[in-house]
Amino acid sequence: MKRVYALEEYCVGCRLCEINCTVAHSESKDIIWAFKVEEPRPLPGILVEEVKPISFGLQCRHCDDAECIKSCITGAMHRDERGAVVCNADKCVGCWTCIMACPYGTIKRNEDKGNVVSKCDLCPDLPQPACVSNCPNEALIYVDRG
Amino acid sequence: MLEYVIIGNSAAAVGAIEGIRQRDNTGSITVISEEPYYAYSRPLISYLLAGTADDKKMAYRDVGFYEDNGVSLLLGVKAVSIDTTSKEVILSNGKAVTYDKLLIATGGKPFVPPMKGGDKKGIYTFIKRDDAERLKAVAKPGTKAVVIGGGLIGLKAAEGLVKCGVDVTVVELADRILSTILDEQAAAMVQEVLEGHNINVILNDTVTEVVGDNTVSGVILKNGQSIECDMVITAIGVRPNTDVAANTDISINRGIKVDDHMRANVEDIYAAGDVAEAYDIVYEDQRVTPIWPNAYMQGEVAGRNMAGDDVVFDSGFARNSISFFGLPMITAGIIKPVGNEYEVTSIVQPDKKVYKKAVFKSNRLVGFIRLTDIDRAGILTGLIKEKIDVSPFKDKLLDEDFGFVYMPKSYRKEKLLGVKRK
Amino acid sequence: MRQLPALCHFLPYTCSQVTNPSIDPLREPMELKTYLGRKPDKLEFDENGRLVTKLTPQLVLNVPIMFSAMSFGSISLNACESLARAATQLGIYYNTGEGGLHSSLYRYGKNTIAQVASGRFGVHADYLNAAAALEIKIGQGAKPGIGGHLPGEKVRAEVSATRMIPEGSDAISPAPHHDIYSIEDLRQLIYALKEATNYAKPVIVKIAAVHNVAAIASGIARAGADIIAIDGFRGGTGAAPLRIRDNVGIPIEMAIAAVDTRLKEEGIRHQVSVVAAGSMRNSADIIKAIALGADAVYIATSALIAIGCHMCQKCNTGKCNWGIATQDPQLVKRLNPNIGARRLVNLITAWEHEIKEMLGGMGINSIESLRGNREMLRGVGLTQKEMDILGIKAAGE
Repeated sequence: MKRVYALEEYCVGCRLCEINCTVAHSESKDIIWAFKVEEPRPLPGILVEEVKPISFGLQCRHCDDAECIKSCITGAMHRDERGAVVCNADKCVGCWTCIMACPYGTIKRNEDKGNVVSKCDLCPDLPQPACVSNCPNEALIYVDRG
Repeated sequence: MLEYVIIGNSAAAVGAIEGIRQRDNTGSITVISEEPYYAYSRPLISYLLAGTADDKKMAYRDVGFYEDNGVSLLLGVKAVSIDTTSKEVILSNGKAVTYDKLLIATGGKPFVPPMKGGDKKGIYTFIKRDDAERLKAVAKPGTKAVVIGGGLIGLKAAEGLVKCGVDVTVVELADRILSTILDEQAAAMVQEVLEGHNINVILNDTVTEVVGDNTVSGVILKNGQSIECDMVITAIGVRPNTDVAANTDISINRGIKVDDHMRANVEDIYAAGDVAEAYDIVYEDQRVTPIWPNAYMQGEVAGRNMAGDDVVFDSGFARNSISFFGLPMITAGIIKPVGNEYEVTSIVQPDKKVYKKAVFKSNRLVGFIRLTDIDRAGILTGLIKEKIDVSPFKDKLLDEDFGFVYMPKSYRKEKLLGVKRK
Repeated sequence: MRQLPALCHFLPYTCSQVTNPSIDPLREPMELKTYLGRKPDKLEFDENGRLVTKLTPQLVLNVPIMFSAMSFGSISLNACESLARAATQLGIYYNTGEGGLHSSLYRYGKNTIAQVASGRFGVHADYLNAAAALEIKIGQGAKPGIGGHLPGEKVRAEVSATRMIPEGSDAISPAPHHDIYSIEDLRQLIYALKEATNYAKPVIVKIAAVHNVAAIASGIARAGADIIAIDGFRGGTGAAPLRIRDNVGIPIEMAIAAVDTRLKEEGIRHQVSVVAAGSMRNSADIIKAIALGADAVYIATSALIAIGCHMCQKCNTGKCNWGIATQDPQLVKRLNPNIGARRLVNLITAWEHEIKEMLGGMGINSIESLRGNREMLRGVGLTQKEMDILGIKAAGE
């Protein structure tokens, strides 16, 4: 399936991926509104690791053999019809077992939303994830590498 | 067409069903369970007790799960024994179910210590959904409870009871609470939080006698102290529920002994979950590791192998994520090492209730504790599981910004870009 | 002198009206394919009509434009890769400069010209054999007569490995080649390189456009070079000493016309191809250079501008904001070669379209028909002497 891969050689650590992830998952889809008005503001599903000069975006790998799905005690974490690993917020109780299980450390606690996890959902409503579309240096690519 | 039979209906069983169906869409699957419920989330019973989980949340899989996977359910029936020669499972109703491949996923059963007055009414265990329902019925505001055992189950019960308005005392024999997953430092920090929520914690002691006429009215501790209470919850521990395999050729130590394919010593019989004694990659030994993720993963491996695949279970080790009154903690592997071959680093920030500890053995991470700051702890779990040489970034491991950026580029590329190391 | 307007501003080109029809490049095929290299004196065929003359190796260009020499070291690896990828996609060539060839760029070898300059940095058998052509650099338009200097801080691990010099050491290219003091010496190096590459690759000799350029070019042709690159005054570099950049050399238009005339007079024009370089700022400059006698052109500054250069003229500091003239990993990252290559392809493709438009306007459908066709140019505001050298008539004639 298609996944987002970060090319650390070209990531300048600008974190626009995080910003645009938040915007894409906001109600208004508007950058000013999302950051100034909306409460709670959605957490970005991507994070940027940076120790200069190395930096790269990292989000859920949507593993074929997803540890988080296997570990989830409630069955909230599951694979949707696209193959993306997503969390059903209605079932999630915030036990953070997925955080314990994810070897990439890409699942976040979303305490604003009542103890449910927040993670990359590969932007189901967009032609490609917002982080990829908005990366100014094309350091994020959305390709099928098996 | 193979007939798969699974005894038990929790994480390991669901894992096995999903594992079987990855390879075999035609074989019949029969699930035998003593409990009259669809698979539900055992760890959520404390949420059920506290009233923060409903039926919808408790359900481990969607309603259509069994139907979609072509599973016939025998619920409310107990499997009492196995005839390994005729390949039959004998049920409590006298009937027998034949199998081609059998999975024993009976889980654990609470260990109730023999104590004086242990037959009185008002003594509960806290393992199953029914236990929580029973307890919920009596846990009224103003009542008093004594929880014997300050482990995961005991404290989760205590937390649930406190949320019901019950006055709770926890009695723990060890010198600290949560002794299997925390060291002294972390345990003390957690205990402080529990006490802040009015849980009375008594360490280095245990209940010797339950007093009362027919019903519980109090307990007497080993040190002679007596505590009034309306209910006693025994949560000393869980033992593998190997009853069904007793009096068979199936080899049992603490749990049912299985190889890396989750096979028992008798042909076509597998075991997974809390009942199985599988290889632990941290202790490098056969162990029963009664945790939910292991159960599912073992079940899946067993299921795939039952259906003709050839996969090994190579990720068995203890790991827990749990929180008490909003204080989250994630721990894994060996957290309190004994011996010279281990190396330990730790960070304590008492004001933030942050405690982080990493345990190394010959440049491999073999265990960690993360209290409060649990974000991205899974990276450490991954390092344990994959037995990575952590020497290049050992000193960064507990840093707040620790991540793949500190790891060697080749490893990072392999993990993040799917590029195989040459 | 630098403030003078460029000579090509005084050279309008013609177009067809009434008596000879212009050609619409959107409807008619236009041929820009260019072969660079020595052409045979005559062609011989056997009784079956098959060619028996052994042809010398040629560079084949889809568009008569190449990326001029910029070394890895002076520019970043990502900039080099942008050029290499674009050249590969476009079917043209880029030049390594005197920086050797980074191991990751060998895969673009078919579109690479490997330079051998006075410092011989990074020159070894694999390097020579990886490339499509070899270039001996005698001089460069932006700083004729002086050598090169790559500051030690730019010589990091990768540059050091590629150039085969210690990390952190200044890379000094001497002003002259210490083994070349005559045309005969040059001939030795040309044939040494041909020998090393089994006579399979054309050899280019690059000189700066200076006063006696025509005589030098003739000598180079006779020394055995397949291609002569002439780098004119106004050539760009952010790192050339100011007074030299602004005062040495002659305009490329004059140099090309003089060389073309001289080689034709001597009857050896077909033995070498001529590449014009230095201040090729747009497609019209290219058209004019070709009409004056060039076979193709080298561009560098315009290529860098395409990939993001803002001409801040701070290349020597190694702090290029755009990830081009720097080796600082944090800055190099700013240039993604995917984007760089795409922009270069856009530039050359756009110029290709413009060249076709201009050719069509002249009523020519092949770049071959323009080469040295000075009838297509006229001079405005030039002295008779200048027009004589350029070989053009005055406007209105």
